[in-house]
Amino acid sequence: MARISVSVDGSSYSDEVEPRMLLVQYLRERLGKVGTVIGCDTSNCGACTVHLDGVSVKSCNILAVQADGHEVTTIEGLEHDGVLHPVQAAFRECHALQCGYCTPGMIMQAIDLLNDNPEPSEEAIRHGLEGNICRCTGYHNIVRAVQTAAGHAPAADPALEGTAS
Amino acid sequence: MIPTEFDYVAPTTVEEALTALADGGEDAKLMAGGQSLLPVLRLRMNAPTLVIDLGKIESLRGVRDDGDVLVIGAMTTHHQVMRDVAVHEHALLLTKATETVADPQIRHRGTFGGSLAHADPAGDVGVAVLALEAELVIAGPGGSVRTVSADDFFDDFFTTAIGEGEMLTEVRIPKHTGWGAHYEKFVRVSHQWSIVGVAATVKAEGGIISEARIGLTNMGSTPLRARSVEAALVGQPATEEAVRGAAASAADGTNPPSDLNGDADYRKVLAPVLTRRAVLAAAGV
Amino acid sequence: MTVTDDRPAKEVGSSRRRKEDQRLITGRTRWTDNIQLPGMLHLAVVRSPFAHAMITSIDTSAAKAARNVVSVLTGADIADEQGSLPNAWAITTDQKTPAHPSIAVDHVAFAGEIVAVVAARTMAEARDAAELIEVEYDELPAVLDLKEAAKDEVLTHPDLGTNHSAFWQFDSATAGTGGAIDAAITEARANGIVIEREYRQQRLIPAFMEPRSTVVDPTGEQITMWSATQVPHILRFLLAAVLGVSEAKIRVIAPDVGGGFGGKLQTTPEEFMTFIVARRLGKPCKYTETRSESLMAAHHGRDQWQNITLCATKDGTVTGLKVDLLADLGAYVALVGGGVPVLGAFMFNAIYKFPAYQFNCTTLLTNKTWTDAYRGAGRPEATYAIERIMDELAVEVGVDPLVIREQNWIKHEEFPFTSVCGLEYDSGNYEAATEKAKARFGYDELRAEQQRRRDSKDPVQLGIGISTFTEMCGLAPSRVLGSLNYGAGGWEHASVRMLPTGKVEITTGSSAHGQGHETAWSQIIADRLGVPFEDVEVLHGDTAIAPKGMDTYGSRSLTVGGEALVLAADKVIAKAKPIAAHLLEASEADLEFEGGRFSVRGTDKGIAIQEISLATFAAHNLPDGVEPNLDCDATYDPVSFSFPHGTHLCAVEVDTETGQVTMRKYVAVDDVGVIVNPLIVAGQVHGGLVQGIAQALFEEAVHDESGTLVTASFVDYTIPTAADVISFDIDHTTSPSTTNTLGTKGVGEAGTIASTPAVVNAVVDAVRQFGVDDILMPCTPERVYRAIHQAGSEGGGKPTEASAMPHFDESEGDTL
Repeated sequence: MARISVSVDGSSYSDEVEPRMLLVQYLRERLGKVGTVIGCDTSNCGACTVHLDGVSVKSCNILAVQADGHEVTTIEGLEHDGVLHPVQAAFRECHALQCGYCTPGMIMQAIDLLNDNPEPSEEAIRHGLEGNICRCTGYHNIVRAVQTAAGHAPAADPALEGTAS
Repeated sequence: MIPTEFDYVAPTTVEEALTALADGGEDAKLMAGGQSLLPVLRLRMNAPTLVIDLGKIESLRGVRDDGDVLVIGAMTTHHQVMRDVAVHEHALLLTKATETVADPQIRHRGTFGGSLAHADPAGDVGVAVLALEAELVIAGPGGSVRTVSADDFFDDFFTTAIGEGEMLTEVRIPKHTGWGAHYEKFVRVSHQWSIVGVAATVKAEGGIISEARIGLTNMGSTPLRARSVEAALVGQPATEEAVRGAAASAADGTNPPSDLNGDADYRKVLAPVLTRRAVLAAAGV
Repeated sequence: MTVTDDRPAKEVGSSRRRKEDQRLITGRTRWTDNIQLPGMLHLAVVRSPFAHAMITSIDTSAAKAARNVVSVLTGADIADEQGSLPNAWAITTDQKTPAHPSIAVDHVAFAGEIVAVVAARTMAEARDAAELIEVEYDELPAVLDLKEAAKDEVLTHPDLGTNHSAFWQFDSATAGTGGAIDAAITEARANGIVIEREYRQQRLIPAFMEPRSTVVDPTGEQITMWSATQVPHILRFLLAAVLGVSEAKIRVIAPDVGGGFGGKLQTTPEEFMTFIVARRLGKPCKYTETRSESLMAAHHGRDQWQNITLCATKDGTVTGLKVDLLADLGAYVALVGGGVPVLGAFMFNAIYKFPAYQFNCTTLLTNKTWTDAYRGAGRPEATYAIERIMDELAVEVGVDPLVIREQNWIKHEEFPFTSVCGLEYDSGNYEAATEKAKARFGYDELRAEQQRRRDSKDPVQLGIGISTFTEMCGLAPSRVLGSLNYGAGGWEHASVRMLPTGKVEITTGSSAHGQGHETAWSQIIADRLGVPFEDVEVLHGDTAIAPKGMDTYGSRSLTVGGEALVLAADKVIAKAKPIAAHLLEASEADLEFEGGRFSVRGTDKGIAIQEISLATFAAHNLPDGVEPNLDCDATYDPVSFSFPHGTHLCAVEVDTETGQVTMRKYVAVDDVGVIVNPLIVAGQVHGGLVQGIAQALFEEAVHDESGTLVTASFVDYTIPTAADVISFDIDHTTSPSTTNTLGTKGVGEAGTIASTPAVVNAVVDAVRQFGVDDILMPCTPERVYRAIHQAGSEGGGKPTEASAMPHFDESEGDTL
């Protein structure tokens, strides 16, 4: 067992963990941060993406002990005072999710992408998301959401022209 | 899935790491960024009794300028390499190859040295190190340090010159200032390893190629140099026709794998085509 | 009552942002694997590494002795209680259906079959203990290839004596819906055109993003199962039927479910096993699969060889179609199983006026993962074959592929049209969809560019692919299902509960897992009852809350479940009317209901449905003999299928030096009838397109010669990412369905059904100049290259090498 101290979504946690425990398992099983999910064994799908010290990582591909002394932000730590992060809001606005399973990872990676490149081209967005698999959306609206969050919404999509609520 | 049980240490110096490695016996495993190791452990294809995490050895991180060479610490992440201005200026080929490694999240954690030591023949970094004629610095027990040329570093599939009880600490890359570079990576879907990759860096003056270095990814059990192409390019104009001729021998003498993504013969078809494209892009054509 | 100012005049038709999203974008979701219960045990399983073997011994002693292990069970331990996993659709009365235990007892028929299960206090300990179980096998020869299986030389289940499960035929002459196929072929051979082609539907894996997970809590009076399923109601029924537990003692909950695409339209060994273990141990148990297990053991889809014979007159008018299918069931007959190719039987004729048609399907058992529904289920296979071969007819006749289609399709004035299969297509307008698609696509300009590239021998060639598809969805009229020997009906159920505060709670028997029912159903009810969209709450996916249902698959939820909802809402209005009349002191005959209010005609007197709701709750002043309850249920059985259609146009660039195919442009004009929420429909189309494109270009489940799945991780099962596809140009025409009140048709599968042939037609179109008329799917760069460079189509038919790159292999050496 190893003792770790981790800051997750602004709160500090201290725990004894087995060295083999993955960060995503620590988040889900010990902290109840079940918004972050597991989609594969090989770090391809990106569903478990969180931020470690401000940059995106796959939490299934890091040991919990490696997060000792570091800051983790998950999908559950983005909303502040009931206000969605602009990328969260854009995902909703652009219907960039269906079943929602890839969404936490996709949003976390989209935020990282925009932190890295605030004005990405469509190609840059698509390549910036190549570590995240979505099986529902065909990515079309995910790309739109990132463009919208970047303040560069493309010419209106016919389907987006209906009444917003 | 969760890996099997193991002990874990995170030394803060190379010496401590080597001591842990010596003490840990044959089932001890060094972990750099862990981006290839952890999937292996999670799939339970390997079950080390001790994992030695190198992540806290600060001396292994970063890029420094040492006269005619750039020195890159083994624990420098792909992201750091890719964004390093000195690497971009003096070893552009490494920048280009690193940009294609896996995906952004993996590049944030995965390390330059970890990739080299892992020595997956489909990995993208090894071929750049080979083409740039780097030297790899390996530390061993009792403070021993030896330097191995890139030519001698890669032995076979997942096998390098790093011996038992040793670790890679840094890579010394001769500056290729002013050389153009391109990495042509061929994949079916973007997050794959290279089916074939070609790393090309060329020095061109007045439209004539004066020097060229060509590396091939996944055309054999290790990264390969296409020396016949390099030789054929010297003195050639950087034109489609000339480069096509020079690139034609790119697959000669290679023994690429056959797998889901294509058989060996197909890879041999790809190599000259991708070589031509890589060279032309490197030459700015 | 809340009223917002920008409320649309009609909710139906507006792009409401989804109600579901708030929880999904903030991580406030309830996936099955999130559930933790007091004392809950974790299950891990041992799976057969062999495709075909007898189990000779299992030593569980070390596992039983391992830390925190509570129980280890083998198939023999539960042989008396586990029964056989159900097949709901024996396609013929003499179908051969091997027994399918949840945990194999002595015989394993595919690599990945469960042979033992461990229950331990933590997931890690369960996994550790599972590795301590020693199983000895006598390996048997395995039959892996579909055509080999047909020879019956090696048997999947030796006890069965054959690999042939069933033979199913539809013949238009026998059915009286058309002419005789043999006569049509004879005539065409003599005086017309006969085109014969063999197409391959490769094996695919649905690969939903959420791995399957099941939690069973046996404490309390009802046994509760949470499961990542598309079919909670069917699951409850079948758990009861197979295990002999009263249905009333079982509650199944599908909480948030992370995608299905047919892949979770199954009642699985893992679900039954978890139920059995939890009941035995009296403790809550959870089983969550890994991705590798999911790819290996969750059902696969497609996997057919299709022999197609198309007959036409010399001018290209079709005269007959004969289809001979071999369909791979895998090791067992799954829930729908052989029904999947049968669902395609009525769609090979598609939008064309074939006078004669025959469909022959042989379902075969092989020692591979069992197959079942995957998005489209039978219809993508059918659409692929007909849309590919119509291109071949166009080439034969020497006309543009759009011309040959128009020459043969049903004209819009001919609707309703009874197809050669006897199905009545209610509405459609193929001309309108095609015109719109051509304009958006810039068809003529792209054809001109294609010619320029051909003329200049550009190394990058352009191909244009067409798919003018239709499908049948909205499963299904129960009588039709009965006539096909399907084990259940095709109705759907809904209830509307009027709450005293004026809010409306509805329950639906459909079970969404990404489709947005909470939003769309709210829109329908908002219009129907005249209540605010926000005031409608949609409950689903829990058999205790929404007790009746047939669940979500086959693009059925809106056309069937939506109609049930409309009927239930109308009943509420009818039920409220006498109360309204009483409270308004008016005659019922003088009342009209609009915008959520009953008004007395010709006066300003009126009462809102919410006020009636409160008055009914109070029940102080109701008419004599009227119950104090406005709630209503409705169960709707569709009278017909629905027939969406569309024209999809795809342009690809083919790099002739490498074989690499790059998407250039994709236009989809779909007619899905009346659209409830354009945003949701667009999302369904986009996602469907990429799954269909993935079949054309990227995905294939590959087994090696010993029957091990080589594509058992996302490293090798190559699902496209954002960087591999493009943005799409989609639009609609609207021919309202005439068979339901809302005029809707299904949209969940349309994109997948249409896009695969559009893409492959484009690839073949780009390289036909080199003598190529077919390339096996997926059209990998290697296959495309070989097709171009190795004389005709031979090279494009090269099987995939059954070995993976060893990135995550035990041979992996130094890690720095």
